[in-house]
Amino acid sequence: MATSAVQATPTGSGREVAVRIGAQVLVETLRRLGVTAIFGHPGGAALPIYDALYDARDIAHVLVRHEQVAAHAAVGYARATGRVGVCLATSGPGATNLVTGLTDAYMDSIPVVAITAQVPTAVIGRDAFQEADIIGLTLPITKHSYLVRDPADLPAALTEAFAVAASGRPGPVVVDVPRDVSQTPLAATRGEPAPSRRAGPRAPHAGQIAAAAALLRDARRPVIYAGGGVISAGASVELTRLVDQTGVPVTVTLMGKGAIDEHHPRCLGMLGMHGTVCANYAVDAADVVLAVGVRFDDRVTGRLRDFAPQARFIHIDIDPAEIGKNKPAHVPIVADARAALGALADALPDPLPLEAWWRQLEEWQARYPLRYRQGDDVIKPQFVCETLARLTGDRAVVVTDVGQHQMWAAQFCRPRAPRTFISSGGLGAMGFGFPAALGAQVARPDATVVALVGDGGFQMTMQDLITAVEWRLPVKVVVLNNGSLGMVRQWQEFFYRQRYSHVFLRNPDFARLAEVFGAQGRSVRRPDEVEAALAWMLAVPDGPCVLDVHVDPQENCLPMIPSGQSVKEMILG
Amino acid sequence: MASAAPTPQPGTAAATATANGGGGGPRTLGVLVEMRAAVLERVAGLLRRRGYPVRELVLGRTEEPHLARLFVVLEEGASGEQVAKNLNKLVDVRRVADLSAQPTVVRELALIKVDVTPGTRQEVLLAARVFRARVVDMGERTLTLEVSGRPEKVDALYRLLRRYGVRELVRSGPLALVRGPQST
Repeated sequence: MATSAVQATPTGSGREVAVRIGAQVLVETLRRLGVTAIFGHPGGAALPIYDALYDARDIAHVLVRHEQVAAHAAVGYARATGRVGVCLATSGPGATNLVTGLTDAYMDSIPVVAITAQVPTAVIGRDAFQEADIIGLTLPITKHSYLVRDPADLPAALTEAFAVAASGRPGPVVVDVPRDVSQTPLAATRGEPAPSRRAGPRAPHAGQIAAAAALLRDARRPVIYAGGGVISAGASVELTRLVDQTGVPVTVTLMGKGAIDEHHPRCLGMLGMHGTVCANYAVDAADVVLAVGVRFDDRVTGRLRDFAPQARFIHIDIDPAEIGKNKPAHVPIVADARAALGALADALPDPLPLEAWWRQLEEWQARYPLRYRQGDDVIKPQFVCETLARLTGDRAVVVTDVGQHQMWAAQFCRPRAPRTFISSGGLGAMGFGFPAALGAQVARPDATVVALVGDGGFQMTMQDLITAVEWRLPVKVVVLNNGSLGMVRQWQEFFYRQRYSHVFLRNPDFARLAEVFGAQGRSVRRPDEVEAALAWMLAVPDGPCVLDVHVDPQENCLPMIPSGQSVKEMILG
Repeated sequence: MASAAPTPQPGTAAATATANGGGGGPRTLGVLVEMRAAVLERVAGLLRRRGYPVRELVLGRTEEPHLARLFVVLEEGASGEQVAKNLNKLVDVRRVADLSAQPTVVRELALIKVDVTPGTRQEVLLAARVFRARVVDMGERTLTLEVSGRPEKVDALYRLLRRYGVRELVRSGPLALVRGPQST
């Protein structure tokens, strides 16, 4: 392949000199779009693309050991930076292995572009070797997708894919590239894609802002319910300004963690199924709820009709279809969260008279703190999370897997900045944590990235420890090891009369396993060793390390509002 | 003959009021889409996975080769607004209009094959004339009618013919355009 000719080709001059093949155009387009890292795995149909990547020294291709990791890593990359994450897989099994990660990106509105190779156009639809209809497979879990049939369309398709993924409500986009399309020489591309007809960030309607301001001004018990949309809109500054000016309390969703500094005195922490008592009581008693960048997920609301039953709702969302989906909004504001919160802060420059409300909130905070009892013999998982938060000053990038540890992390880690708490919210995909941490560490090489995982979820994707070793990515893996699928065990205990069906795990020695992979590893079994072990881990200079923390296998995650119920049915700690 | 027609004629107030019964009745959404690969799949898949109660889905070409018009008829009681907002999120969707809320011309084509006997043939032919249906096939035991008009008109003719025995029926589903200069 004429790879040397490519370097000699003047790009962007309008005059095409050398003949390039589709794959080279694809790689050039990725470079022009500012892509510096791709998570991927090669295979037959992807060979032309990989051949073109051979020369792309400025694009780091992280070879993962399973495409699921590529997709989760792309999500981690995107969530740590706000930039579009990119994953690459071959046709058939390569592409299908991306599906879990893409679904995660769809549920959590994360901008990801998945480039999948496809069998040659001539055999598409004939059940060719390693053929899968990836467009069809991903239709319900992508914002959009492209099957590129002509190499001249590659730049436009990719450019549009990146724009679609990142604009409006972000989400995943698939670009499927048949092998012959990436192999075909082409003299010229179709030039720049037409400017997108999709509008930029929407400005809020002035009348609705005034209505929202009036509602808040008259409120006696207002609460802000802030979600992931605040983070993706980059609206943390505006949210904080609004809170500082008005004194309205804020509660965050799992996706909204870090939307405001959770050490802020007006922040009540997380709400929902495993949220703080105060946050849930506050919403329950609220007369006005300002919902911003949230989708009234059932893990937050419980039984819908009992969610904030006395409240009038102001709902800010970039996606009109979210408004009224689960709960009707009295003041709907379809807009970019940053613009809307900024306008609202301008309209409400003074503190609101909320002294009585805060007296009530502080009483709840004092009466119902998150609690656990750390004794001398077994390690409480909450103690590990709390100690980690203290040692890092809540400034590390914490990436969790899914399960009990995820909720303990959500309760005890109080991130100070957006994009420093990353978790699989909507899909709840076990196996997400470690790969997403890999992606976050690639995106932010200088940051301390901690993957807080359970023993169950870690085993779903831990093979990629070797990838971290290979790239010397200093991801710090903390395994909260309780020898079971803890959240499932908890539900079986509470709701299935302790019939513990297939929930206990025989685990490998994670510390020794890390060493086999070439990473550093340590095990901890006693409470008095926890702090030193965490400090050791945080000090490991380069390369990954695994801290296997054997925690109390009986511990449950509380408080808890059982699925489909309300605050009234909350199980306290 | 027109005066005897059981359904209002085009151009009368009743016919122009709504596409199919505004308020509680089934709603029709007119969706202008880019005619690209998988566009029908995207729309149908969205409607299916959200569980919207779709009665009919009709796709037709338009004056622009790269655009198509899609008509989504929802069962009674469905929220056209949520469906419209979700359809609007699809990249290939240009515009969504709730046609139930504005004056439209709505037409549907149907072919109806009716059993006839020497005794009922004249009655069926009379019904066809009243409904301005054309006879497109005539045999010893069956008669096939072509009728076009508002869906209610097709319904009415079908109800009338059922007593003779409708052997087969095929309907196109509705096509619609907003009246006057404004686009659909």
